Amino acid sequence: MGSPVSNTPNHPDDRDAPETPGTPELSGTPAVPHQAEAPAPVEGERTRRASRKVDRIDRLAELTARRETTTGAGLWVEAFRRLRTSKMAIIGACIIAVFVVLAIIGPWIAPYSPTAQSWRGEVFPNRGLFVGPRGENWLGLDHLGRDVFSRMLVGARQTLMVGVVATLIGFTVGALIGGVSGAALVLGGRAGQRIDAVIMRFIDMMLALPSLLLAVSIAAVMGQSLTTVMIAVGVVQIPIFARLLRGAMLAQGGSDYVLAARALGVRRRRIVMAHVVPNSLSPVIVQATLALATAIIEAAALSFLGLGNPDAAQPEWGVMLAQAQRFFDQAPMLAVYPAVGIIITALGFTLLGEAMREALDPKLRS
Amino acid sequence: MLRLIVRRLLQLIPTLVGLSVLLFIWLHRLPGGPTAALLGERATEADRRQAEALLGLDQPLWVQYGRFLRRLVELDLGTSIRTGRPVWEEFTMRFPATVELALAAMFLAILIGVPLGYFAARRRGGWLDIGAVTGSLIGICIPVFFLAFLLKEVFAVVLGWFPSVGRQSTGINATDVTGFHVLDGLLTGEWDASADALWHLVLPAMALSSIPLAIITRMTRASVLEVLQEDYVRTAESKGLHQRVVRLRHVMRNALLPVVTAIGLLTGGLLSGAVLTETVFSWGGIGSFIRDAIDGRDYPVLMGFILFIALIYVLINLLVDLAYSVIDPRVRVH
Amino acid sequence: MALLTVDELSVTFTARGRRDVTAVSGVSFDVAQGEVVGLVGESGCGKSVTSLALMGLLPRKGVRLGGVADFDGTDLLTLSPSRMRDLRGRQLAMIFQDPLSSLNPVVPIGVQVTEILARHRGMKGERARKEAASLLDRVGIPDPDRRLREYPHQLSGGMRQRALIAMAVACAPRLLIADEPTTALDVTIQAQILELLRELVDQEGTALLMITHDLGVVAGLCDRVNVLYAGKVVEAAERRPLFSDPAHPYAHGLLGSIPRLDAPRGQPLHPIRGSINDTIAWADGCAFAPRCDHYTLECLEGTPALGELAGAAGPGHLVRCVNPVRDSSDLHTPLLEAPVMDASAEGDDEAPSPGTSAATSADTSVDTSSDTSSDTAPDAGAEPAAEPVADTDGASGGAPGKDTPA
Repeated sequence: MGSPVSNTPNHPDDRDAPETPGTPELSGTPAVPHQAEAPAPVEGERTRRASRKVDRIDRLAELTARRETTTGAGLWVEAFRRLRTSKMAIIGACIIAVFVVLAIIGPWIAPYSPTAQSWRGEVFPNRGLFVGPRGENWLGLDHLGRDVFSRMLVGARQTLMVGVVATLIGFTVGALIGGVSGAALVLGGRAGQRIDAVIMRFIDMMLALPSLLLAVSIAAVMGQSLTTVMIAVGVVQIPIFARLLRGAMLAQGGSDYVLAARALGVRRRRIVMAHVVPNSLSPVIVQATLALATAIIEAAALSFLGLGNPDAAQPEWGVMLAQAQRFFDQAPMLAVYPAVGIIITALGFTLLGEAMREALDPKLRS
Repeated sequence: MLRLIVRRLLQLIPTLVGLSVLLFIWLHRLPGGPTAALLGERATEADRRQAEALLGLDQPLWVQYGRFLRRLVELDLGTSIRTGRPVWEEFTMRFPATVELALAAMFLAILIGVPLGYFAARRRGGWLDIGAVTGSLIGICIPVFFLAFLLKEVFAVVLGWFPSVGRQSTGINATDVTGFHVLDGLLTGEWDASADALWHLVLPAMALSSIPLAIITRMTRASVLEVLQEDYVRTAESKGLHQRVVRLRHVMRNALLPVVTAIGLLTGGLLSGAVLTETVFSWGGIGSFIRDAIDGRDYPVLMGFILFIALIYVLINLLVDLAYSVIDPRVRVH
Repeated sequence: MALLTVDELSVTFTARGRRDVTAVSGVSFDVAQGEVVGLVGESGCGKSVTSLALMGLLPRKGVRLGGVADFDGTDLLTLSPSRMRDLRGRQLAMIFQDPLSSLNPVVPIGVQVTEILARHRGMKGERARKEAASLLDRVGIPDPDRRLREYPHQLSGGMRQRALIAMAVACAPRLLIADEPTTALDVTIQAQILELLRELVDQEGTALLMITHDLGVVAGLCDRVNVLYAGKVVEAAERRPLFSDPAHPYAHGLLGSIPRLDAPRGQPLHPIRGSINDTIAWADGCAFAPRCDHYTLECLEGTPALGELAGAAGPGHLVRCVNPVRDSSDLHTPLLEAPVMDASAEGDDEAPSPGTSAATSADTSVDTSSDTSSDTAPDAGAEPAAEPVADTDGASGGAPGKDTPA
């Protein structure tokens, strides 16, 4: 029982190897180093014991396999596995998928031109005369006699674009600022702290501005256009992304493995690029998903305040909603369609984002 | 405590200075330059030249900035292009209405959100929890102005339960004391005026509270769930304490800490929301004034508002920080 | 008649859409008045779950309890939540592992102590405060009046654990459950806390259920020991026979895993292979088999029974093993190092318990010496046996020095 092998602590990876280390019969297996050759038993004895041993091992392996074993998968792999079982994530992903498909193929499957005022003569907003859903126009006509269904389909693309571009702006600039700030802090030194302090003051300042006002001021400088809306909504997201990434990097920077890497003499820049940044990205990615929802809603609010896309040739849900408010009393459905579109889309991104947040939260991992 | 306040106030200075620089740049970047902010879009070239000379715009930038800063310190935010009255005056006049609305919305959000989040967490996975989570998700995703329209249409126009616009019914001659109509009625004993003001307040406050309510509910829920897992709750239970004591003293006191922080952060969004909500309900506060200013490119008003809001936001967060240091002994300064 | 009789306690966690997980399956033990009983095992073996089940602190949803836990005539497992609430803190009290997280960070210590007095002893105001101060004083917290006003973060680790003990003993409970009360503390503080617990037990006659993975704590404090593995008691014995003749390979392995001062340099430890996750279902056989060095096919034929150890020195030595370890010397020393084995085996024969207990790792030795002073003669006799070996070993000269002052 006491061969030298049994004294060496087993490497955890070896433990599922079926042989019981330390028994002379199996000490010849290459995986097991042996300093002292165990005395060979008599031939008959050996086979008899060996066969019993095989029985035992087989039986044990069989029983062990019956137990559920969790393998140590990576953070993202595991998160994805959990996402697939999350109802929230599935619903969110489905909504997003439908929305994206609509945004891509919408202009081709739209039955009519979204801008042609083909039924101008049938709608009289001044007298409160509107045309509701009918065979020809599934969602009715808007105040200028345009087909609402076609406008909704075509508008999906613009809406998605506003959301994506705005979020990309916020994400890129925010992550850059936050990353620089966080890296400066983690890389250490008094200079790093000072850089971080200056950047964070600036970010706090941006946070102190109500998002809408920030957007309004940008729109005031840049004039009224779709680009303005996208930039304005994106800029609002910058401080959020920056703070998030910096905070996550700070937490990672103080963690034991960074300390360990430092102690091992890994270059600081390498620590930041190879360890700190990748491990800090998950909250930022979650935020990006959530920001898509916010961006679409904010864009609608800007349109409502008259700062939206003035280009009538490009239908967009936010603008449609803003325009329909005027006729809310007579034709509430005109506002409801784009509003429902916005709400459902925003919900899709929010659901997915929240599910991702949950899936990535180490505290919730079981 | 006093030292903390002073230190935090000193910390504000760089933020506010930075903000004023930004505003100054912004003012100069406006289409038509800074004079546009004073003269409006209809000004002629001659007007502009005259104004520039008058304002010393031919002087170096830093001189201009110094002048700009001095005006800010003196609370001289310029004159509104549309009304012709000083911006500061316009704000102080309309401020109580907005504060009343914002407070009502926040009150509503806390009053409903905290208990809802708590019970959702206690019965995790139950119908109340699912309802609260779904509701708060939808609450975040509904554009505020659309919700305002919807509430107004359903409860004011169709059902007629609530007034659709304004802060006060015509014919009620309430004495104006503080500018907060509900409070005024209570102070002067004009109960009907107070009730009427409250009546007007319901729908706008509901619309405005949607986002804070959703966020507070979710935060409370998450926070309670986390605290319920804490060892000290188990300790409290192991002492055989009454459930009420465990819930209030041990669960809620800890669970509300992050919620308090969130309330401070929510004020910014609340003020943005006020702009939209006040527009829909023709609420005579700063919000609708700003909406008109945006329409009319009333830049002095916008600029003043940005500075004003930033100041309020920063002050509220200062208050939250102070409150936090009172509630949480761990951050108390000794 | 024992104060607490746990009979076939089982705890199963059931979650919708997942397999049931049985954390504790059929644990039985007794605790008598004034007795200190140890529950020993690795983390994950179900010892904490057992204690929480006894305290009624497991969530009611998603947990299935089985068996009986008879506490002076009442079954703790079937008691209504409100009756249990009355019992907790007054008759049953518990001390937890991590004193910092076990105290509410935003409530002053004073309130946390007085609230239990208000609940069970009806004390209010000044009277409660005075009593709280005297409680803190009793558990050795200096300047109790000031400490009552402070918050947990202002106290040191040992002080926090003392405060928790003060709360636990506030109503003079009949049974105290301590769940790894010293794990989160410094070595010197550990000894003080154990000393305090010992005192409380001796003075009040409180029964103490000590849950630990630290055999040093067991050696210093417990009268009787139950070794848990994968939710079952695999060995139960008085402290002495357990330390001298551990019959279950797992208990054997636990003792073999402890670094010994009297071991010659270079002699490796005898760790148990793998981890508690390498296990099979008890229904299929001995859960320890995958980690056992001498399991046989019989080990894999259903749950081994917990039975009296044949040829044990005294009665009440129970073991759950098909082929228990007969000669405890073979695992202690490898065959290949025969010369050393002889010396060590001799020591084992003469003063078995101290051979292991007094010479446990440096951090447990403090505990054991407190045990020797209060307890038995053979233990004291073991010290010289251990020390010469260590002294000749130049490198570890500092360790025995640590031993003596305590």
